[in-house]
Amino acid sequence: MSSIALESLDTGTGTTVEFADVHRVFGSTHALDGLDLKVRPGELLALLGPSGCGKTTALRLLAGFDQPDAGSVLVDGEDVSRLPANKRDMGMVFQSYSLFPTMSAVDNVAFGLRLRGRGAGDRRKRAAELLDLVGLSEHLKKFPHQMSGGQQQRVALARALAISPRVLLLDEPLSALDAKVRAQLRDEIRRIQLELGVTTVFVTHDQEEALSMADRVGVMRNGRLEQCAAPAELYQRPETPFVAEFVGTMNRLPGSMVPGGVRLFTQVVAVDGVVPPAGSDVRALLRPEAVLVEPAGGQPGDAIVTTATFFGAVTRLRMTQPDGQEILADVGSHRAADFPAGAQVRISVLDRPVLVRPESEATAGTVPGRA
Amino acid sequence: MVALTPTAGAGGLAETQTGGPATSSRRRRRPGIGRGLVLLICGIYFIGPLVGAFWFSIQDKVHGGVQFSAYAHVFSAVGFSDAFMLSLKLGIGTVLISLLLMVPTMLLLHLRAPKFRPVVETLCLMPLVIPPVVLVAGVGVVLAWGPNQLAGTPLQTFLNAIQSGKTPWVLILEYVVLTLPFTYRSLDAGIRSVDIHTLTEAGLNLGAGWGTVTMRILLPSLRTSVLNAAFLSFALVFGEYTVASILQYQPFAVFIVAAGQTEGQLSTSLSLLSLLITWLLLLLISLLGGRNSTKVDI
Repeated sequence: MSSIALESLDTGTGTTVEFADVHRVFGSTHALDGLDLKVRPGELLALLGPSGCGKTTALRLLAGFDQPDAGSVLVDGEDVSRLPANKRDMGMVFQSYSLFPTMSAVDNVAFGLRLRGRGAGDRRKRAAELLDLVGLSEHLKKFPHQMSGGQQQRVALARALAISPRVLLLDEPLSALDAKVRAQLRDEIRRIQLELGVTTVFVTHDQEEALSMADRVGVMRNGRLEQCAAPAELYQRPETPFVAEFVGTMNRLPGSMVPGGVRLFTQVVAVDGVVPPAGSDVRALLRPEAVLVEPAGGQPGDAIVTTATFFGAVTRLRMTQPDGQEILADVGSHRAADFPAGAQVRISVLDRPVLVRPESEATAGTVPGRA
Repeated sequence: MVALTPTAGAGGLAETQTGGPATSSRRRRRPGIGRGLVLLICGIYFIGPLVGAFWFSIQDKVHGGVQFSAYAHVFSAVGFSDAFMLSLKLGIGTVLISLLLMVPTMLLLHLRAPKFRPVVETLCLMPLVIPPVVLVAGVGVVLAWGPNQLAGTPLQTFLNAIQSGKTPWVLILEYVVLTLPFTYRSLDAGIRSVDIHTLTEAGLNLGAGWGTVTMRILLPSLRTSVLNAAFLSFALVFGEYTVASILQYQPFAVFIVAAGQTEGQLSTSLSLLSLLITWLLLLLISLLGGRNSTKVDI
């Protein structure tokens, strides 16, 4: 990595981005339905959501490839909604690499500088610095078809940064890469973003990517922002049932409110946030890692293990209670042998405040969603 | 439970690897023989007539044996240079107009108006189902009727202009129509093989205008298909006889037929020369299109 490159980059560290009541309609589909979102200067904000939630549309509006039907896209307070894409000074990394196939790596990176009238020597030097920054100083002369997917995406990142963008836009840049390269590049993107301090908007449907890279994560659904918060807050305190379902895996266990908290199994656990009145039926939202299991030791237990799925350090147990209620729990993989399929187990929960939702909001007993 | 999955997978892989080499080598040999046979048959089918034509063109029918006088006289034959230059002019003119017309049209069609693609495709493929003789008959009628009926209008001036002068524009315009299917198909295939949407957006994002995106990003990426379109158009024009003959022009193909009526060996040598020119063009295009296409496995 080159310190010279970092010094010479003048990225938009102070740039703010704001979506103000933005609407975008395609036929009968509301891709964006009143999106309100502020991106702080220098932060990496991830837009997370299922396919069709509007996250890519939001990014394209910000890049200038599309225009909102209503509302405004503001960059540093200036309405850029009608500004053409080539006047916005935004660097974008696309999902499909999008390197110019007839140009070498260094020419790809230097392309934007050439358009800005930089001299040949200057732009070659800067392109070489940026390729060094992304670890490709040995590949300056290579053409896109001579590089792996990960290398191409690094060149694309260098190309986007070369123009000193006001905002860096990342449109699912890692989704076409294999798992190992993805993890590696994820760390590199975050390192570079932190070092340059460039305001970055990152669109992904991969919650692991979003939670591990972003300063804040905006979860979108049906063209609207459900919740925008720091990853830990989003994970621990989802504000809506959708966020609870979409981010991580969540158990929704039936419980009843009693003085002092919610009764779950034989425990009374304190409630985090709004406390429903005593006597009401609720669903407690519990992550699998907050559910504790012990072998029943030959006695009838609270549930029976139906499957065990190995995830490396942890093994996820899927258990069924006598009333048919399913519950998920994570145990250290070194203990997985204690919980074979069919084993009776006793269940308790971590003694810390839990989120509860009124029974009326619940749609399912468990949320077996994503790992 | 979960650990079983990789084990099963590994077992499956091991089995494949154990049984693999013998099976794959058997598989490899069979297509080799088949390919060779097909190549041999094709070779005889294509090269046989050429060898026959060449043999005919060098036979000395008076004294017996072999002589190359037909080839020696090719370039000095009366009308050769005029016919050759006319065909060259027609070919270049057709290629330039076709590309100028079709490249922007195809890019716009794919980038901005994909719903019109079926309509444009149908129009462009029309010349494949309409025989050239029908097309030229229609053109002939218009050329005969137009100048009288449209007297005093710009159309009359236009119709007169395309028929007069040293450059037969009427032929070039007709050839542009005749070559539309080939130009369309080549460009369409090229555009479909490149993600022009993302390349365009990447260019715009970096600050390029539409002109720069087209000239510096899209056209270089479509070089092979543009060259293919050019080659096919040029080859078609170079060998086209019907339209030129009916409209009473004498480009190379018409000249060859005329020469064949008086001197068979000269006609044959001219045909072989025409083929040689076409092959050289193909080779040139392959060389140009093949640059920077070396594949490296990462």
